Amino acid sequence: MSTQYTVVGTRPVRHDGADKVTGRAIYGGDFTAAGLLHGFILRSPHAHAAIKRIDVSKATAYPGVKAVVTADDMPPAPGDKIVDLGEGETPLSYVRGNVLASGKVLYKGHAVAAVAAVNPHVAEEAARLIEIDYEVLPCTLTAPDAMRDGAPILHADLRMKELGQKTDRVSNISDHFRHVMGDAEKGFAEAEVVVEGEFNTSTVHQGYIEPHNATALWNNDGRIHVWCSTQGSFVVRDATACVLDQPVSQVKVTPLEIGGGFGGKIPVYLEPVAALLSKKTGRPVRILMSRQDVFEGTGPTPGSHLKVKIGARRDGKIVAAQAWLAYEAGAYPGAMVGPGAMCVFAAYDIANVVIDGYDVVVNKPSTAAYRAPGATNAAFATETLMDELAAKLGMDPIELRLANAAKEGTRRADGPKFRKIGCVEVLQAMKNHPHYSAPLGGPNRGRGVAIGFWFNVGLPSSCTISVNADGTVNLVEGSTDIGGTRTSVAMQAAEVLGLRAEEVLPTVVDTDSVGFTGVTGGSRTTFATGWAAHDAAQDVVRQMKERAAKLWEAAPESVTCERGVYQSNGHSATFRELAARIGETSGPVVGRAAVNPRGVGGSFAGAIADVEVDPETGKTTVVRFTSVQDAGRAIHPSYVEGQMQGGSVQGIGWALNEEYFMNGSGAMVNSSLLDYRMPTALDLPMIDTQIVEVPNPAHPFGVRGVGEANIVPPPAALANAIHAAAGVRMRRLPMNPPAVMEAIWRKSTSPDS
Amino acid sequence: MKWFDYAAPGSLSEALGLLERNPGALLLAGGTDLLVQMRARRKQADLLIDVKKAPELNELSLDAGGLTLGASVPCYRVYGNRDVARAFPALAEVAGLIGGTQIQGRASIGGNLCNAAPSADAVPLLIALSARCRIAGPGGEREMAVEDFCVAPGRNALGAGEILVSLRIPAGGAGFGAHYLRFIPRNEMDIAVVGSGVSVRLEGGVVSAARVALAAVAPTPLFAREAGDSLVGKAPDAAAIEEAARLASAAARPISDMRGPAEYRRHLCGVLTRRALTAAVAAAQGGK
Repeated sequence: MSTQYTVVGTRPVRHDGADKVTGRAIYGGDFTAAGLLHGFILRSPHAHAAIKRIDVSKATAYPGVKAVVTADDMPPAPGDKIVDLGEGETPLSYVRGNVLASGKVLYKGHAVAAVAAVNPHVAEEAARLIEIDYEVLPCTLTAPDAMRDGAPILHADLRMKELGQKTDRVSNISDHFRHVMGDAEKGFAEAEVVVEGEFNTSTVHQGYIEPHNATALWNNDGRIHVWCSTQGSFVVRDATACVLDQPVSQVKVTPLEIGGGFGGKIPVYLEPVAALLSKKTGRPVRILMSRQDVFEGTGPTPGSHLKVKIGARRDGKIVAAQAWLAYEAGAYPGAMVGPGAMCVFAAYDIANVVIDGYDVVVNKPSTAAYRAPGATNAAFATETLMDELAAKLGMDPIELRLANAAKEGTRRADGPKFRKIGCVEVLQAMKNHPHYSAPLGGPNRGRGVAIGFWFNVGLPSSCTISVNADGTVNLVEGSTDIGGTRTSVAMQAAEVLGLRAEEVLPTVVDTDSVGFTGVTGGSRTTFATGWAAHDAAQDVVRQMKERAAKLWEAAPESVTCERGVYQSNGHSATFRELAARIGETSGPVVGRAAVNPRGVGGSFAGAIADVEVDPETGKTTVVRFTSVQDAGRAIHPSYVEGQMQGGSVQGIGWALNEEYFMNGSGAMVNSSLLDYRMPTALDLPMIDTQIVEVPNPAHPFGVRGVGEANIVPPPAALANAIHAAAGVRMRRLPMNPPAVMEAIWRKSTSPDS
Repeated sequence: MKWFDYAAPGSLSEALGLLERNPGALLLAGGTDLLVQMRARRKQADLLIDVKKAPELNELSLDAGGLTLGASVPCYRVYGNRDVARAFPALAEVAGLIGGTQIQGRASIGGNLCNAAPSADAVPLLIALSARCRIAGPGGEREMAVEDFCVAPGRNALGAGEILVSLRIPAGGAGFGAHYLRFIPRNEMDIAVVGSGVSVRLEGGVVSAARVALAAVAPTPLFAREAGDSLVGKAPDAAAIEEAARLASAAARPISDMRGPAEYRRHLCGVLTRRALTAAVAAAQGGK
C-alpha cells in the first residue's frame, strides 16, 4: 500500500535513541543550574477544610531556608476572568487555586505553601514547621454522593449549568448536558431485545514513571525562564504567565525530555510556584514531586458512574440507546464527561439516542486528561452490554458489531457526521485475525472482544527546516516528544525532500525559538506537526527549485523534483549536490510552515483478549492479547505498534488492579507504586498488534492519530473474557481478584463453594 | 528526611557497644524497609548502625544439624549458595520472592523478620521450619523460637540494646518437605494479601510432624499450630490436607484494607494452605 513512499512506512532508528539508551538524555529532574535552590511543597492533610491561618515564621527562620510562599504571594485572581490553556475554557481562579490553595483546601494533597532552601531535605523539614489552622469540613468523594441534595459543597460560587443554560443553583454538578438524536422512547418500544446495566470505574492515574518537575528562574530583567518536562511548552508558558499575571513574552519555557505524560503533563502544578520562590530569592529554584505527590497532587482520570441501555431487533439491528454518565471532575470542574458522551455510542450507527452527561466536583485531585479521556469509562459500559446483547441474540460478538458499525456518513448523537473512518475495517481485521479463531488452550479460560473510538485534534503547529551544506536538514519543532514524534515528524519531511530519515535532524526547542505549537495530546503530533513538517519541506523544495533554476539559468517553473532529484532541460542534481552549492546562489535556504489543520480523522481500535481466571482466588491472568487499530497511514509502524501496546497495557492495568483506594476521610491510602498496582512485564503476555490502514483523505500522508484509541477497548474486552471464563459479569473497575471472587461467590449458592 | 549519623562497626561487640551508648539508634541491615520508612517519616533516628560489616551477622554455614543464617546475609546469598538451596529449597525460593533482583542484593531474611510486618514473606516459612533466633544484648545471649519474635505490627521482641545475630534452622532431611505460597494480585513486586508457610515430616507414609504459619492475616505472622497438628498421625491425603486448610482459615484474624477484604483473606488462607501442603507433601515424598 505504501509502495509509493520511500520513507513513510519504514522503521528507521529514532533520532533520540542513542541519548535515551545510554542515559545521556536530560530529563526535567536532571536539570541543574548555578546557585540552584530546592523547593518543597506542603500539601493539605485534609480532603476538605477551610484555611483559618497560616504561620510561616518557624519555617522562614529554619537554617538554610531562603524563601517561603503561599497563595498570598500570587497576584489576586480577578473574580471572573476566563482563560483557555489548551484544554478548554476555565476560570483563572480555578487554575490559581489548584496551584496554591487559597481560603480552602479541596483535596488531600492540595498544595498550600512552598519553601525554597539549600537542599531538598532542609526544604521539607522547614515546610513541616509551617503552622496551618484548618477547620475540617465534611467531604464528598463520589459523583452520586456529591450530586445529592445536602452534599458538602466544594465551591460556593459554582452555579450549575443545565442543558446549556446558567442556573442559580449552587451545586457540585457544574454541568448537565444532553445529546438527543431521533426518539429513544419510540426506539426502545420497537426493540425486541434490551440490555442494560449500571457501571462504575475507579479513579486511576496515568502512571508515568517520571514525576513532575520544574525549575524556574525569575531573572532581574523580569523575564521568567522555566525548564520542565511537559506535553506542551507553550501551554506551560501561557499558564505560568496567566497565573503570575505576566505577559506571555515574559516567560520562556525550555522543554526537557519527558518520561511519560499520557495527558497528565499538560496542566501546570510546579512552574508558577518555582517562579515565585525564584522571585523572592533571585536564584533558580527546582521542585521535584515525590511519587506520593504525583498520586495525590496531580490530575488522575475521573472515576465514573454510568447507566447504559441498548435495544435491538432480533436480527441484530440496534434501534435505540440511552446513556447516563456522571464523571468525577475532582476539585475543579472539567471531568472529560463531554468526550465520554461523544464516544459512548460512537462506534455504532443508531437512529434513536439520548445521552445525559454530568460533570461533578468531588474532594479528590483535580482530574486531567488520560489517553482518550472519558472514552474508556464509556466503552467499558457499552462494549460489555454489546457482549450481552450478542449472547442474547445468539450472534457472534464481532458480527453484531459489524451489523451496526459506524461508517462514512454515520451521524453521532452529539451532531457531527463521520468522514472516512475505519471501524468496519478494524472489525474485519479482528474477525480474520488468527487469534480470534485459535483454541483457548486450557480450562477456566475465556475470550472477549471490544472496540473503541477516539478523536484526533488539529491545533496549531509550527516548524522550520534549514538546509545544511552537506545535504542534510535541521528540523526545528515545538512539539515535545512523548512517543517518538521527532522521528515520525522528521520522516514526513524526509519523504517530501527525498532524503533518508537520518538526514533530517529534528530538534524540539524552547518557546522563544519556534512558532506557537499546541500540546502533544489529542493524538495530534504526527498528524499536525507532521503536516507542518510536510509543508515546510515543500517550502524547501520550492526554494531549491529556484536555486537550481539560478544555477542552470533556467526558468524556475521548468525545474522538477522527483524523490530529491532536481531536473531541468538536461540538467540534473541531487538534493545533496544542490545543497553544497546554495552558497553560490542567494545564501541559506530555510523552509517554514505554520498550520492549524482541519480534516482530522478519528481512530478506531479493537482488542481480543484471552484470560484465565483462577476459580479459587479470582485472579485474572491475561493469557493472550491482540490490539488492532486504524492508523490511517502508519508513518513509523514500530512506533504505532508501541502506542498500541502501551495503550493496551494501561487499559489492562485500569481493568484489573489500578484504583485510587480512598479511606472514609478522603485520603488515598495506596499512593505508592507498590500498592497502586500497575501491571509489570511479568503480568502481561506479549501484546500482539495489527495495524489497519484506512488513510485519512484529508492528510497529506493519510495520518490518523494513534496515541489514544488503543486504551479504550481493553477493560471491556477483559470483562467479556472474564465472563466467558468464569461466568460472571463485572460491572465495576477494577476487576481485581477479590471483586471477581465475590462475583463467583454471588453466582454460586453458598460461599466458599 | 532528617540528618542522621552513620556507623558501620566491624564486629558484633562493637555494634552492641554503639547501641548501648546510643539508645535512639536504629539498626540497618539491607535498609530496604528502614530507609523507605525514614523517607516516609514513619521512623527517625539520630544514628544508623550498619550491621552488615559484623562477621557474626554475615555467617551462612551449613552443618549436619542445620543452617546458621546471619541476620544481615542478603537474600541473593541464600539462593545463590548451591548447598543451602539444595538443603533448604523452600527457603531459597522465599529469598527469591522478596522484592526484585536489586532488593535481593541488599535485603536480608533477618531484616525481613526484624521489620516484623504481618505480611513478611520469610517469616511464615521460618516458623514452619522451626527456626530459632540467636539474640545478643548487654546481658549476654539468648535464644527464642521465631514464632515468638514478632509481637505487634512493626514491633519485635528485641529489648533495649539487643541485636538479632542469626537464625538457626534445623536440618530437614529425608521425609521432610516445606513450602511457602503467597497470594498477590500481580505476579511480582507486591505485598502478600495472604501467605502460607508449611512443613511436613513423613514417617512410614504417615505425618509425624507438621507446621503451618500464615502471613497478613493477624497483627503478626501467625503460627496456626492446630492446623499442623491436625495432620499428625494421618496419611497426607486430600481429606487430611483439606481439614488442615480449614483449621488454618479458622485461625486467621484478618482485617479489611486496601490489599483485600477480611472475608476474602480468610478464604485465601484455606486455598493457599491446601496448595502449600500439597506441594510440601510432594517434596517430602520426593525425599527432599
